[in-house]
Amino acid sequence: MNILIRLFYEFFKTGLFAAGGGLATIPFLYDIADKTGWFTNGDLADMIAISESTPGAIGVNMASYVGFTVYGIIGCIIATLGLILPSVVIILIISKVLDKFKDNEKVKAVFYGLRPASVALVSAAGIEVVKITLIRLDIIAKSNNILLWFNWKSVLFTFLLYYLVKKFNWHPVFYILLSGIVGILFAF
Amino acid sequence: MKELCSLFMLFFRLGAVTFGGGYAMLPLLQRELVEKRGWVTDSELADYYAIGQCTPGVISVNTATFVGNKRKGIAGGIAATLGFVTPSIIIISIIAAFVRNFADLAVVQHAFSGIRVCVCVLILVAVQKLLKSAIVDMKTWILFGVIFILAVLTDISPVWFVLGAGFIGLLVFSKKGAQQ
Repeated sequence: MNILIRLFYEFFKTGLFAAGGGLATIPFLYDIADKTGWFTNGDLADMIAISESTPGAIGVNMASYVGFTVYGIIGCIIATLGLILPSVVIILIISKVLDKFKDNEKVKAVFYGLRPASVALVSAAGIEVVKITLIRLDIIAKSNNILLWFNWKSVLFTFLLYYLVKKFNWHPVFYILLSGIVGILFAF
Repeated sequence: MKELCSLFMLFFRLGAVTFGGGYAMLPLLQRELVEKRGWVTDSELADYYAIGQCTPGVISVNTATFVGNKRKGIAGGIAATLGFVTPSIIIISIIAAFVRNFADLAVVQHAFSGIRVCVCVLILVAVQKLLKSAIVDMKTWILFGVIFILAVLTDISPVWFVLGAGFIGLLVFSKKGAQQ
């Protein structure tokens, strides 16, 4: 029982203090590993890899994984609930406050500045994915031949997908499935 | 109760197909919430993402809570959030129990490399839509450009960008009265 309370507490703390996306939880997970000995740094590397290559939010997946490792399916649920509880409470409070003040000129002005920032951050996150997907960072250090710097199979597929998305506007899930299959067939 | 169930199921489905974290969820939200259901607008989504990035917790969870709360109050926020995390709990439990080498499997790596290309493209298209609602004049263009460049080139936490941009918004736009 004690270990479940501890599990909940550790992930509640992570959920409360890790701001800025799932990857922000990683330093907290190293800290949990150090303090509790529930898993090693090597386990953590595996957990991060799995969390990134399965559906769902990366932070949630990591909480689920650690929870499962520590106490099976119950641990999995407890750790995940611990992680999300602070954000649910905080967002519900913010929603209430915003509802009240949404017509306030000052609040409107704040959001006027927030929106471009929000889109800029999403764009920057997109650039990060582009970097690891289309560019062969390991080659850049070794070779001056610019042609080798790009992952041409992926670059080509990017243009093809962009064309398909723009032209047909199917459901995003369809493109995700298609890309997974293309990735397997052409060994990306 | 019926609407709470459908909120739970909608976010369950979203949780099951969001690959690559909260940002990759944006195109799915645009399709399901903005285009198909008309529950929120693009600029509201941009607001949710802005708040989600400067408040504690996982961005996609924060967004799920926001949308659920907007539809059905506190119970809706909780239903949407639980729906969103349930697929993670199921999938991760199965993988942790049976296929610990999941991420090392060649077929998983190839599929995921393909999906990453898709995530790039979908985020690009999502950003194009959001830009229309967020960038309305020269000042918002400059704000977008500066933060984008800083976010790409530095390791500064998104929290500071969001707080800074909110502050700049307050200073620059409140004097003239921000037009919606």
